Formats: sequence, C-alpha cells, structure tokens
Amino acid sequence: MSDAGSLIALIPRLRRYARALVGERAAADDLVQDTLERAWSKLHLYRHGTDLRAWLFTVMHNVHVNQVRASRPTTALDDEMPELAQRAVQGDALLVRDLERAIAALPAAQREVLLLVALEDLSYDETARVLGIPIGTVMSRLARARDKVRVSMHGKGASKLQVVK
Amino acid sequence: MSEAEQTVGEADLHAWADGRLAEGRRAEVEAWLAAHPEEAERASAYRALNEQLRTHYEPVLDEPVPERLESAALRRRRWRAAAAIAGWIAVGAAVGGVTGWQLHAQRAPVPLAQPDSPVIARRAALAHATYAPEVRHPVEVGADQEQHLVAWLSKRLGAEVRAPRLEAEGMTLVGGRLLPRDPGPVAQFMYQSAPGRRVTLYVRTEGPDQRETAFRFAREGNVRVFYWIDRKFGYALSSADLDRDELLKLANAVYQQLNP
Repeated sequence: MSDAGSLIALIPRLRRYARALVGERAAADDLVQDTLERAWSKLHLYRHGTDLRAWLFTVMHNVHVNQVRASRPTTALDDEMPELAQRAVQGDALLVRDLERAIAALPAAQREVLLLVALEDLSYDETARVLGIPIGTVMSRLARARDKVRVSMHGKGASKLQVVK
Repeated sequence: MSEAEQTVGEADLHAWADGRLAEGRRAEVEAWLAAHPEEAERASAYRALNEQLRTHYEPVLDEPVPERLESAALRRRRWRAAAAIAGWIAVGAAVGGVTGWQLHAQRAPVPLAQPDSPVIARRAALAHATYAPEVRHPVEVGADQEQHLVAWLSKRLGAEVRAPRLEAEGMTLVGGRLLPRDPGPVAQFMYQSAPGRRVTLYVRTEGPDQRETAFRFAREGNVRVFYWIDRKFGYALSSADLDRDELLKLANAVYQQLNP
C-alpha cells in the first residue's frame, strides 16, 4: 500500500487514541490532523517495514506535548481540578461519564501510558519506545494511573450518594 | 507456591491484566492470585478497566472520517504531484478551499474550480491527482490479476463492478485500487495509453433513491472529469492528459460497455 493509503487506513485508530487522550471530539481531530501533517514532514525519519501505527503514536505524542506546553503552563489536570457541575445521570451513562472523567483527571504522562497499553494494546516495550521513556517508567506510570482511576471511579460512586439530599 | 510468592510483583499483576504473561508464568501468577484475594481483586479491576476503555472508545473507529483528516493524510501526494506537474497546482488550490490549504496564495495562473463542484467530481479528481502520477505504485492490484481485482473490488463495494475494456479507444487497464469513503469504499480503475496518458475511472455505489443522470462535466484544476449516475453506481472519469472531447468519447465508451 502507498504511504498515503496506509495513513488513511490508520486514521480511525489515531482518532480513537486522540479522543481518549484529549476528550473532546473537535480538539481530538485537530490533534490527528496536526499529527498527519507532521508525519508527512517527518516521513524521512520513518523506517519502512517498522510499525507505522506505533510511529504515528510517537509523532502524535510529540505534537501533543508541544501543544500542551504551549497552551497550559500546568502540564496536566490533576485530582484537585474542580469538578464540573453534574446533572443526574443513571446507570451506564454515569459509569461512562466517570470513566471519561477519571481518565481526564490523570496527569498527561500517565494517561498516555495507560491508553497505549490498555486501549491500544501496545506492549510495554512498544509503549516505552513510542514515548521515549525507559520501560521501568512505563510500569510505574501504568501502576499509578490504574490506581488513580480505580480510586477515582470507586470514590465518585460513594460521594454521589452523599450529594443526594 | 512460596517460591512464586517471592517473585510475583506489581509488574506481574499488570502483565496479567494485559495478557502479557507467557503461559507458564501466567499459571504461576494465577496460582498466587488464588491465594491473595486482595491483589486478585485489584488485578481483575485493572483488566476490567481495559475492557471498559475498549468498549467505550470502540465506536470512534466506526465514525465517518472527516474530509479534513483524509486530506491531511493525502497532502504530501498533492505537493508532489503539484511539483511534478505544474498545472496541477490548481488541484491543491481547489481542494484548499475545502481544507484550508492556502495554496491559492501563490496566485496560481490556472483558473480555480468552482467551490460547488459535486463531491464525486472533487473526490475523483483528487484521487486521480494523487495516484495517476505514481510511477512505481499507481495501483494496488495490477491488470495481470484482473479477475482477482474485479472480484475483490466487487466484494468490498458490495455490488458487482466491472472494469470496462477500452483497448478500442487506445487505453489499456493498468489495474485498480480501493479508496476510503463514507459510507462504503470506492473503486478506482486506471487506464493508460501507449504514450503514457492516464485516465482513472472512479466507481462508487449510490443509494436506492438516486436517479440516472446525463454526463456532467467538471474541471478541478487541470483534471477534467465527466461524471454520471447510472442505476446503483456513480461514475467519474478523470484525466489531466486528455482534453474534454477525448474524455467525453471515452466516457461514452465506458457507459456503453457498462450498459450492453
């Protein structure tokens, strides 16, 4: 397949990852678009025969890091982030919203590791290469991310009960 | 088990949740987990989170791809084509109207296409400009495997497509490829004359409520397009090498072949 054809075929995967990483659809698609444009200008750095998708995740990571740096002095949302006003939702919708919020509440560096491993099914090695970090860092970020999400989803359920008056 | 107990660590719990343990190791870790309910619950929660994430974001894979992303994926090809064939710069300019690519700032001398050109003509011209200049990979499947090509494209389009024979018009089949579109993919056949002039036939399926249309002509930069709808297919015949009359003659030949 040609380079352009391969890129087109990978757009849905890039969009999925970007959506989980950034949250909002338009912003996520902006990230994908910037990534594709950047990929073309950096294509000479891609080694043919290696995993194009992993390489594109690397490109996206770099684009994302630059954008986050440029737009927000604090690199990531954290647990102290004030909660958005929440309307009453039920059952699955509640779970979904909590999942998205728990992911969004992670520091960006942990969120990336969690999503590459858990959502995109990259191996720990691949994740380390995509993000340019040692595998030990992958494992520690993964552990912290998972525990935070677990606590945050679990904890939210409890606090919601208290909110009801 | 006590041996495993010493060696089962945090990383093993994650590797178990991610299905990354070798089989022998997995059995060891699972035996250990059976004796450690707290860790077992945690590891199961990690695994459940993987499932939740995949389920939650899976629908994104099926969302129609916005045109701007498709264009971004194709962009470099347009640059290359534009550089190779100066006149084609206008294709980029025409598409720029849609994608925000600011090529018209170069004051291209070629008239710009009307922004309201129908989608099929625009897409066909873009696909033509992308693949027709290719020397090494003009098609995905070559004419030497024509049967396979036609069967494959028919399968992917969900309708029986045919590659018209245009030898009588001096055009031989180079091959074809599948292009993305929402909904459903599109087939592109490429033909070439002895002096190397190329024509592509863009074939897409149409909804049941589409009526037949006459030939219509559009010009996207230097790419001329005749397009029409015939029963369940939409066709667009594109070329930057043939003039309007030559292309119309060819479009007639295609139409007649497909409607014997």
